[in-house]
Amino acid sequence: MPEIDEITLLDAYRMMRTIRAFEERVHEEFATGEIPGFVHLYAGEEASATGVCTHLDARDTIASTHRGHGHCIAKGVDVKAMMAEIYGRGTGSCRGKGGSMHIADLTKGMLGANGIVGGGPPLICGTALAAKHEGAGGVGVAFFGDGASNQGTTLEALNLASVWHLPAVFVAENNGYAEATSSSWSVACDNIADRAAAFGMPGVIVDGFDFFAVHEAAGEAISRARQGGGPTLIEVKLTRYFGHFEGDQQTYRAGEVTHARENLDCLLRFRARVTERDLLTDKQLDAVDIEVDALIDAAVAEAESAPRPDPGDLATDVYVTY
Amino acid sequence: MARTISYREAINEALAQEMERDPRVIIMGEDNAGGAGSPGEDDAWGGVLGVTKGLYHRFPGRVLDTPISESAFIGAAIGAATRGMRPVAELMFIDFMGVCFDQIFNQAAKFRYMFGGRAITPVTVRTMYGAGLRAAAQHSQALYPIFTHIPGLKVVLPSSPYEAKGLMIQSIRDDDPVIFCEHKMLYDTVGEVPEESYAIPFGEANIVREGGDVTIVAFGRMVGTAEQAAGQLAGDGIECEVIDPRTTSPLDADTILESVESTGRLVVVDEATPRCNMATDVCALVAQEAFGALRAPVRMVTAPHTPVPFSDALEDLYIPDPQRVANAVKSVAGWKR
Ligand SMILES: Cc1ncc(C[n+]2csc(CCOP(=O)(O)OP(=O)(O)O)c2C)c(N)n1
Ligand SMILES: [Mg+2]
Repeated sequence: MPEIDEITLLDAYRMMRTIRAFEERVHEEFATGEIPGFVHLYAGEEASATGVCTHLDARDTIASTHRGHGHCIAKGVDVKAMMAEIYGRGTGSCRGKGGSMHIADLTKGMLGANGIVGGGPPLICGTALAAKHEGAGGVGVAFFGDGASNQGTTLEALNLASVWHLPAVFVAENNGYAEATSSSWSVACDNIADRAAAFGMPGVIVDGFDFFAVHEAAGEAISRARQGGGPTLIEVKLTRYFGHFEGDQQTYRAGEVTHARENLDCLLRFRARVTERDLLTDKQLDAVDIEVDALIDAAVAEAESAPRPDPGDLATDVYVTY
Repeated sequence: MARTISYREAINEALAQEMERDPRVIIMGEDNAGGAGSPGEDDAWGGVLGVTKGLYHRFPGRVLDTPISESAFIGAAIGAATRGMRPVAELMFIDFMGVCFDQIFNQAAKFRYMFGGRAITPVTVRTMYGAGLRAAAQHSQALYPIFTHIPGLKVVLPSSPYEAKGLMIQSIRDDDPVIFCEHKMLYDTVGEVPEESYAIPFGEANIVREGGDVTIVAFGRMVGTAEQAAGQLAGDGIECEVIDPRTTSPLDADTILESVESTGRLVVVDEATPRCNMATDVCALVAQEAFGALRAPVRMVTAPHTPVPFSDALEDLYIPDPQRVANAVKSVAGWKR
């Protein structure tokens, strides 16, 4: 396994820890009725967004899903603006017009969470095509779920990416469920990654609780794409800690969340590994915890007191010119 | 006292009664049962908002969960309909028509005509529409005018539990493809619904309230909005006739025209965006067929020409409300040349 330097490791921990704290807090605030609309939380899946996005830079674009907060944070979207967006405030990333399901920041290469399952993969073929034209080695990364892996748009995008030999990486986050439906039922083959063969690209399976495993697999796929080697399909196996959306009673599940939280959790495993190998100290990690918790507290406080959008905003931004 | 149930329960009851009556009726959709292949409860969801709850155990083998593959399963429902089944497929949100529209408008809608009248496609697509749940731009649209535009499709907009049950039963029995549009903000509304099975014929408007001064034509959830406005206006001495067309295709032009012949004034309330929607359609009808009766310009109360915003502060402005309807009515009632 390639060496990862101390700064990258600390950044990765901060990223995962920020996603976790953000989601746990949104979960609490949602329960108080403060947050409107549909909210899908990414807690438990942090190692996937982080393991992939630590390889990305300003040349690269990602597309996300309805469960998009983690991808946004990992691609560098401002956490306070995200929180304000979820609260529907004028100071939000999308000025209150998008909400949880549509957080985006194109200046950061984040093409949006997405309300349409399978909406992202075709778009990433386009950003990868643009990156190819630019010739600077940029890549496009589409995150999508096991459920989305059954959508025609996703399957078409995989084929197109291969046919056009695009610098694209398709990250299938298999958390076992699409809403209440098990992926073992909805995905007809054993693994989503098995489908890669049908599209003439490499397919790999990684443990989504293990930051290092995701980081390694994503690193290979991304550098291959940067060097003109074409697309890859990575299946990341993981568990979502909360319901499909906030309010889901989850009667379709068994005890897998408790098991995952106690035995597999990406943050616990990361900490154990880096401290055992003397890569980082508990003290360094604890300092990050404190810093992150303060950031999330501030984000919520600022979001709560931020102004709502101006009534005049209703009719703006439909077109550039009209 | 007559029995009252919710809009959600009314749809569920209609599905159950038709499944009981006719073994060719099957239902399908994402998590219409819920829990397929998972370790916990079967029928865990009964649809994302619980409309199909309980049918899975009552009708074994006839409630099919689907992968997230709308083109495939809506297409499959259409194909099964051509072989004599009566499928009711759920397109969870009307906004998702984007990923499966070909099967609906190029396939189902065209078969009868293209095949020279030698096909029937008795499929029902149930779908949820409308703003109000802070569900933002891709889960809140009122896209029924797009379906209404397509010859070969019938389009149904139940405004109450009573309408929901009777129109669902008619949809299933109807030999043409039907798009059954359920407003997400109406599921918990309660109203009187007969226990026995009944079908409400398509193309027959309901006159919700009689009045001689101004005709208000309203669709789906907007029927309730128009009724509220009419109640308010009665206090000001303006009597409104509120018409619920119940189906946009076919459209009961006669009832609308007769009303305008007597009131001479028309306001149309439509939650859809304002270009090429039901409001423009009804206004054009009246301008063409009842021009001589008009005593004031027609008025349209619609959403603005924008996507649906997320923030409650903006979404509340987006949705036509009773005040806007009342203002429009007053402007036509008091109109002077
Ligand atoms: C085209 C489309 N169909 C259905 C939905 C409703 N829906 C939202 S999320 C979801 C499940 C997605 O499952 P998966 O892709 O596995 O992602 P996860 O929620 O597990 O992250 C469904 C069915 C949608 N938003 N878009
Ligand atoms: Mg999933």
